[in-house]
Amino acid sequence: MTPLSSPEIAETAGTAVEETPAEVDELRQAVVAELTAELGEQLVGSHIRNGDDIWVRVTREAWRETGIVLRDRGGFKAFEFLSVIDWLPSPFGKNEDSPTDAPPEISSEIKTGYAGGDTRFQVFARVHSLPRKLGITIKVDVPEEDLAVDSWLPVYAGVNWHEREAHEMFGVSFNGHPHLVKLYLPGDFEGFPLRKTFPLLARHVKPWPGIVDVEPMPADPAAEGDEPATDEPATDGAATEASPDAEATE
Amino acid sequence: MTAITDRQKLAYANAQAADGRVNIEFETDQGMTLNMGPQHPATHGTLRVIVKLDGEQVIDCEPVMGYMHRGYEKLTEVRTYPQVTTLVNRIDWLGSFANEVPFILAAEKLMDVQAPPRAQWIRTILFELSRLGNVSLFVGDMALHIGAISAAFYALRDREFVLNQIEAATGGRFHPNFDRIGGLKDDLPKGWIADTKACMNKIRDFCDEMETLVEGNEIFQARTRGIGVIPADIALQFGLSGANLRASGIDWDLRRDQPVGLAWNEVDWNVITHPDGDSFARFWVRLQEIRESTSIIDQLLDGLPSGPIMAKVPRIIKVPEGEAWVATENPLGEMGYYVVSKGDLGPFRTKIRTASFNNLSILPWVCRGVLVPDVVTILASLYFILGDIDR
Amino acid sequence: MILGVDLSYWQVSVLRSLGILVAVLLPAGTFVYVFLFKMVSFMQSRLGPMEAGPFGSMQLLAEVGKFLQKEDIVPERADRRLFKLAPYFVVGTVLLVYLAVPFGPDMYFANLKGGVFYILAVSSISSLGVLMAGWSSANKYALIGGLRAAGQLIAYELPLVLAVVGVIIQAGTMNLSEIVSAQAGGSIFGFDGIGNPYLLTQFIAFGIFMIAVQAELGQTPFDMPIAESELVTGYITEYSGLRFLLFFIGEFASAGAFAAVAATLFLGGWAVPAAWADLNSNWFNLFGPLIMLVKMMILGGLIFFVRFTFPRFREDQLQKLAWTVLIPISLVNILATTILKVAF
Repeated sequence: MTPLSSPEIAETAGTAVEETPAEVDELRQAVVAELTAELGEQLVGSHIRNGDDIWVRVTREAWRETGIVLRDRGGFKAFEFLSVIDWLPSPFGKNEDSPTDAPPEISSEIKTGYAGGDTRFQVFARVHSLPRKLGITIKVDVPEEDLAVDSWLPVYAGVNWHEREAHEMFGVSFNGHPHLVKLYLPGDFEGFPLRKTFPLLARHVKPWPGIVDVEPMPADPAAEGDEPATDEPATDGAATEASPDAEATE
Repeated sequence: MTAITDRQKLAYANAQAADGRVNIEFETDQGMTLNMGPQHPATHGTLRVIVKLDGEQVIDCEPVMGYMHRGYEKLTEVRTYPQVTTLVNRIDWLGSFANEVPFILAAEKLMDVQAPPRAQWIRTILFELSRLGNVSLFVGDMALHIGAISAAFYALRDREFVLNQIEAATGGRFHPNFDRIGGLKDDLPKGWIADTKACMNKIRDFCDEMETLVEGNEIFQARTRGIGVIPADIALQFGLSGANLRASGIDWDLRRDQPVGLAWNEVDWNVITHPDGDSFARFWVRLQEIRESTSIIDQLLDGLPSGPIMAKVPRIIKVPEGEAWVATENPLGEMGYYVVSKGDLGPFRTKIRTASFNNLSILPWVCRGVLVPDVVTILASLYFILGDIDR
Repeated sequence: MILGVDLSYWQVSVLRSLGILVAVLLPAGTFVYVFLFKMVSFMQSRLGPMEAGPFGSMQLLAEVGKFLQKEDIVPERADRRLFKLAPYFVVGTVLLVYLAVPFGPDMYFANLKGGVFYILAVSSISSLGVLMAGWSSANKYALIGGLRAAGQLIAYELPLVLAVVGVIIQAGTMNLSEIVSAQAGGSIFGFDGIGNPYLLTQFIAFGIFMIAVQAELGQTPFDMPIAESELVTGYITEYSGLRFLLFFIGEFASAGAFAAVAATLFLGGWAVPAAWADLNSNWFNLFGPLIMLVKMMILGGLIFFVRFTFPRFREDQLQKLAWTVLIPISLVNILATTILKVAF
């Protein structure tokens, strides 16, 4: 073992890292530009976190076409996943509120994430490109009164089970999917478990014991932010930090 | 046979089939339907594969999951960030530590915190150790499915050394729950580095042993070569990842191609690929990856930097609003977490993308036309863990 | 006349009946303990049973006791009579095979003129029991297992017979006792110091015979009828209790029986490979069975060593091996044996 005992590394790494470079991420900008050129008006929103990730939002009509464009022209041949977000804040809170205190205020305001959104449900999928070494998250708004979107099955074969899962968990249907039956749940299960309106009954029956762990400290949490989380940061290697009992290493 | 009307017979058969436990004969126009699972030795737990047979040839097959669905995506919504690691430990239970890492990294990404180098290196070491613990069992298990019993015992024996090292460092053999936002729970114990190096030598010996005992065996080759061939473009379409993808000749490894802050890029190693895409290639790639992992761990142990193992994070972790996707190259393949935060103590929504879910979804495609024994070979070579499918 | 004592016919009959039970159960029990419990444990770097008796030697009795206590379950839709009858066919076959195997100059149950032919004929009966078990269980795994067993039987009976033909040609007889004395009194190209165990001259036939035996017994690499990882346990999936025990005994007893047949045909049977030994000495009636047991253990060790080392073939590969490799080779072997027999 040759410990790199450079105190600078230890110092700087202990604090938060510096921001990602502020300059424009050309690699990812190019992807968005390409998509805009192909889809035009249909691309309704995009978000780029420099050096990290891309989010785009397309209209419902262009959902399948987006997949084809990404696969055939963008080089995003590898499929990763497809799922749904329910943006409604849970009406049940986090189910970890103290039974004695007054229930917290729960807003029902829908606030969507990156690349915007207008509806409560958003289908989102992720594909990546091997030669570009890039991934992209594509979102589509699905209106609540007509929870349906075109199936991606003709585009990416692997989407089959993901769409079935999304269907049973959120109730979103996928037009053109030939076998949209339940994947995990029993056939006669009612309700859509991953919707925020679906209660996690175990939490209603019994208060969550883990509530103790997340009680705020007596002092203001914000003020405590500067304190190190561990009492004694390890300084030099395994040898000094070692636990005294040698049996543990057996 | 007792007299029983067709109607009764069909009703009974359907009831039994719905029950999913009994393999009762009901003939269809297309031959025989065979229920493999949910309690079948080849399904690693509770997977059920309904196979339509013509003689012993598979016409069609459909995997049925959900016997172990635990709803982790829903559960994460009512837990705080540090509590989630306990849950995700149970997804791929053979390589538990590797499940924690991408989630923690996603949370760290949202919080804009980065663990100190020592923590990142130890994370990488433990990550690779859990890969060894997972994949070494695969090697024996694959041989077991082909019918060679002894290899499985060798795998269990040598995996024990790896588990001992994980236990010595984390305190947990199977579910370490050791990763924290901003670093690790503890530093390594005394003497652990030397012990781990000794353990790596044993694992390398194990690889040699398996190469002679299993991989070089003519019967094993006859049973696996050309069975379950997955071409590269199909593999990508189905979202295969990990060794299954690399066995189809695609040079893609997230450890190298998508750096997430861990220490893989600091050491010298190779991405193993195989052009064939058959069951043998998948076995071979995994076996070679064990070797690469041991070399990665050895190099990481040699260059382990000193310093703290925890970054400065608030005592109560509130993750700022945002969305983050982090995927790592887990033992089973690409595992990623799409974490949506609303600035709360816990995630607003977590999409857990597991490797086995995608890897297994190719089964109906790849099983068409093969024989029943080959279904077992393909199931074994695709290598899934039920917890990783059902989540 | 056995060991110099004159016995009446009924006494000899009783002794033979008891003897055949011992001949079936003793090697079976020894095989289970020595190979299944201990040798395999050693191969797989574990200890095996250690609690019951010294080094777990009483474990076998414990297992038998366990199986006897278990409920004898017959599946609801099974063909009850066939289902219950099947295990007896399997065990009965073994008894019939031992009938023709000599254990000493006078230690035999029946001195059949066509002993080899008889053994090859009755050994196929066990497959009938397997097929019955597979068909009557009303279980698809069992059915597939049974059908595989039948296919395997057809494929491997032929190499088995053809391999033995070489021995028969060389010995000039089908009587097993005479084959033993032919080996003990034979000579290899004029050298008669150790007789002529046919292992030395018929080594090709021996190899084919042992491969075919492995298949006939359904041991790995030919255990497709059982195939734990594919068919749960094939045709014995639905059996429990006593009937499972019978299948279990049948498996190991028939391993013993075929080891005995192979020892007789290729290793010189109850005789020792030494020219000075007087084969008609009464001592061989006492030591013959022990010599046989030693030879059977050697062959049984081979069978189980292969079983726990190799992976499993697929049925089509098995058929291919039998028809395209083993049968042509054994035919060539017969031809070569005939030519050499005529030439010398």
